[in-house]
Amino acid sequence: MVYGTAAREFYRSELVGIRNDGLFKEERYIVTPQGADIEVEFPEGAPVKKVINMCANNYLGLSSHPDVVAAAHDGLEAKGYGMSSVRFICGTQDAHRELERKLSAFLGTEDTLLFASCMDANAAVFEVALGPEDVVIADRLVHASVIDGIKLCEAQYDSYKHMDMKHLEKKLEQFADKRFRMVATDGVFSMDGDIAPLDEICELADKYDAMVLVDDSHASGFMGKTGRGTHEHCGVVGRVDVITTTMGKALGGASGGCISGRKELVELCRQRARPYLFSNTVAPVVVTASLKVMDIISETTERRDKLERNTLYFREQMTAAGFDIRPGVHPIVPIMLYNAKLAQDVARDLYEEGIYVIGFFFPVVAKGQARIRVQLSAAHEKEHIDKAIEAFKKVGEKYGILGLGKKEIIDKYGM
Amino acid sequence: MADELKDKIREYVVDEYVEEGEEIEVKDDTPLISGGLVDSFSMVSLKLFLETEYKIKIPDEKATAETFDTVNAIAALVREYADA
Repeated sequence: MVYGTAAREFYRSELVGIRNDGLFKEERYIVTPQGADIEVEFPEGAPVKKVINMCANNYLGLSSHPDVVAAAHDGLEAKGYGMSSVRFICGTQDAHRELERKLSAFLGTEDTLLFASCMDANAAVFEVALGPEDVVIADRLVHASVIDGIKLCEAQYDSYKHMDMKHLEKKLEQFADKRFRMVATDGVFSMDGDIAPLDEICELADKYDAMVLVDDSHASGFMGKTGRGTHEHCGVVGRVDVITTTMGKALGGASGGCISGRKELVELCRQRARPYLFSNTVAPVVVTASLKVMDIISETTERRDKLERNTLYFREQMTAAGFDIRPGVHPIVPIMLYNAKLAQDVARDLYEEGIYVIGFFFPVVAKGQARIRVQLSAAHEKEHIDKAIEAFKKVGEKYGILGLGKKEIIDKYGM
Repeated sequence: MADELKDKIREYVVDEYVEEGEEIEVKDDTPLISGGLVDSFSMVSLKLFLETEYKIKIPDEKATAETFDTVNAIAALVREYADA
């Protein structure tokens, strides 16, 4: 027997280890479309509960937008369900290329190549762009998919302290002898809502003759005055060489990602990127719905403006209520609790109050940095946000953490 | 000699991994990787530093979370390859 006792026991013990470490992930079944109000079955078999969703990447509230859903229906009729092919054999419809052009126009780049996901885009780009003579220097908190992509390429890699420009400069100096240097960063960091200082990064890149790659998955569609992304927010449109991003968050939330940037590099990815060559094309229905998303966000900034107002309001009210919030302007709002058990307990109690949020702790974030990550959406109305704030206050009072800073919370609950 | 080696490693670890404003004391037996200060991704700069500084080559399979977990363990690893 191939799947013998030894293998079975090994996998079982691994699963026991994950459970014992408190890291076992359980899925919650959502029985409604994605939105501000959802209905959830959790744990499995429990009665369905109505909750306000405060943990989706549905930043622009487009996941179930009627126009997007209608465009998906139309696309299904006009373009069919599947293509049964990779892009370069018979998997490219006119709609795929149209979406690539629209993404390029929106992001202010020269060309774009679609992937099944941004994870695939990140898995692809480094291997194509860099060889053994090169180096990629990444922020220490970049997304796991960027790290995986870097590990797949032959270039030397190194990292710099999170958003520490002095440290980055030191590394750029250290690798001056390499053929190509590439700085890799997230535009917005998913656990903190921190915004990478792309203006400073581009300055350093110019000084040390380096390329810049930004994973803008948590920014495309709403960061910057017209929602182009972190590069617009930081005033460096046209200066970032490669943007990787997703349609799986603000831009409709279904699936799909892309590499967008310098045309030669994008063209080379079209020739050599393995996740492009050996993975199926993006489904037509996702493409046509994404085209509608691009139209919506290109016509008006209404949704990103509402998201900005929601974010500001929530941050102000939660700060006034006495929560320790990582400062910033991004709709990712980390409510700092530092202690892993406390983060889990608070999230559980909030769920009981009808607010769906998740506690994050080591190894997802650094030890002693446990938190609840709230994510605002343009789908939230003031009533949703007010209800969430009231629930947070009630639970915060129960645990006696309102008005406490880092030191006081740690004194009370430990790291 | 051993102390000098450990001092140098400790100095590099603090400079390279401790964020500004963080109050973390790095002792010879402080767990660096299992303690969450250094992750497996950023460990590579430490390996590069050791190889450059001590003119040694540490095989990738020897650069593990265990062998790089404390200043003591790293110093032992450096000595092993310096002697080799």
